[in-house]
Amino acid sequence: MMTKQNLIDYTLHLADNALIIGHRNSEWCGHGPILEQDIAISNIALDYIGQARNFYQYAAQLQGNAATEDSLAYLRDVVDFKNCLLVELPNGDWGQTILRQFFFSTYQYFFFQQLQNSLDEQLAAIAEKALKEVTYHVRWSSEWAIRLGDGTEESKQRMLLAVDELWSYTGEMFQEAGYERLAVSEGYGIDLTSIKNSWDAKIKSVFEEATLSLPTVAWMQSGGKEGQHSEHLGFVLGEMQFLQRANPGAEW
Amino acid sequence: MERNFEEVFQDKIDKEIKIEPKDWMPEKYRQTLIRQISQHAHSEIVGMLPEGNWITRAPNLRRKAILLAKVQDEAGHGLYLYSAAETLGISRDEMYNQLHSGKAKYSSIFNYPTLTWADMGAIGWLVDGAAIMNQVPLCRSSFGPYARAMVRVCKEESFHQRQGFEILLTLSNGTEAQHRMAQDALNRWWWPSVMMFGPKDDESPNTIQSMRWKIKRFTNDELRQKFIDICTEQVKILGLTIPDKDLKWNEVTGHYDFGTIDWDEFWQVVQGNGPCNKERLETRKKAWEEGAWVREAATAYAEKRKNRAATKAA
Ligand SMILES: [Fe+2]
Ligand SMILES: [Fe+2]
Ligand SMILES: [Fe+2]
Repeated sequence: MMTKQNLIDYTLHLADNALIIGHRNSEWCGHGPILEQDIAISNIALDYIGQARNFYQYAAQLQGNAATEDSLAYLRDVVDFKNCLLVELPNGDWGQTILRQFFFSTYQYFFFQQLQNSLDEQLAAIAEKALKEVTYHVRWSSEWAIRLGDGTEESKQRMLLAVDELWSYTGEMFQEAGYERLAVSEGYGIDLTSIKNSWDAKIKSVFEEATLSLPTVAWMQSGGKEGQHSEHLGFVLGEMQFLQRANPGAEW
Repeated sequence: MERNFEEVFQDKIDKEIKIEPKDWMPEKYRQTLIRQISQHAHSEIVGMLPEGNWITRAPNLRRKAILLAKVQDEAGHGLYLYSAAETLGISRDEMYNQLHSGKAKYSSIFNYPTLTWADMGAIGWLVDGAAIMNQVPLCRSSFGPYARAMVRVCKEESFHQRQGFEILLTLSNGTEAQHRMAQDALNRWWWPSVMMFGPKDDESPNTIQSMRWKIKRFTNDELRQKFIDICTEQVKILGLTIPDKDLKWNEVTGHYDFGTIDWDEFWQVVQGNGPCNKERLETRKKAWEEGAWVREAATAYAEKRKNRAATKAA
């Protein structure tokens, strides 16, 4: 029983990450700086909604009790959400959105690469499917990070601001939450320390090409994975969940 | 000499041979098409906004994914259409400028607000439905690039209409509040949708020339009638009521008679006085202006790369 709850929490964490960053990216739809990129970011948002659905459906199945992908996404409150703080931050400008995408996709890339081999077959299958998408997300976001970092003086300044804004939220991805520690010992979770070096190396090489310097600040924000969020998530959920909450039990 | 070119041109059109960008064409044909295609492209892009409004509020994950995919499709349509217009010798930036300055129009329907989730249903069913009716004949436009773009667009539009119909059907059969929401959306979107076919034939002076050039295949009134006939049947399945008390089957014509269209409202919205004209245009301009630094950076970076490659080669 204990084990099952942990697998549920672990799965929900992955679902929440995907849903919230997908939601944030979808805010760009119709407002992108270039039509082709509007399409690209909406497409990435769609990939995330798809990933979220896969994880929620699995969590709902594990949970039973008439749980569904929608009850999990729409009827849990801020304290129940287990996403990293990074994904719930407002989009900022295009540079900040790109940089967040690059940080997060790179993390997901190495994470899913390992999760493909999880002892839990469902998680492994979802990871395998998601990895194809994430591989493209890494390519797209790193190309844009380079373009903007090494573009004009203004774009470089904006990227430096974005780095400043986001860097302290990158540490949480590698800080183990309780359910992650347990997931590792139970054999289906990923040891985050094992992917941290790969993440560092990838960030370093792209930053070099983007002519951006890596920050030296050491302090990292955390809490999201354990349900302690920024003020932003409440607004995201307020907007996202209102129809479900205003019409209990309705079909859509 | 000119006359000869013109004869050859019209002869091709009469024989249903497509006009391609490099072919000779009358200046008026070119200008009319630039206006038609760019207006259509702008409509796709501005049309993303009223529905885009609801992506973050979609009531479940399935609907969220469908709506996002739908709005993204519209961006794709804009892209095909801008590319088709570009073959006529106008750049995408120029077209954007015309949109932002108010010189170019877009479909007035997008100047109405989306107030409830049911509006996603009404837009899909009626607005995409009307668009399909307008666009299917355009797959046979005499101008090759436009015709080919429309073939791709039409394939996706039928999915748009289906998802809208399905939203309304679910709401209509749902709770009382949902049913009311659906009827309210139909009440608000019906007449603006009927107006989407443009002014009455006798007030549409360009129709004759456009039909001769085969860039228009049916008149506004013909398409409007067809739309009303089909919707009046489909609404029965939905269990909703079209807000037109004069809507009545006519044995003699074999069509539905319908009430008087408020053309004053139509022209007011065209002239910029619709409920959301200002907002929609401002939103587009804002996206464009805030994206300037991104486009400049992309250009600058591409330039740098090119220079680096050249230096290396030398
Ligand atoms: Fe479209
Ligand atoms: Fe269209
Ligand atoms: Fe459409």
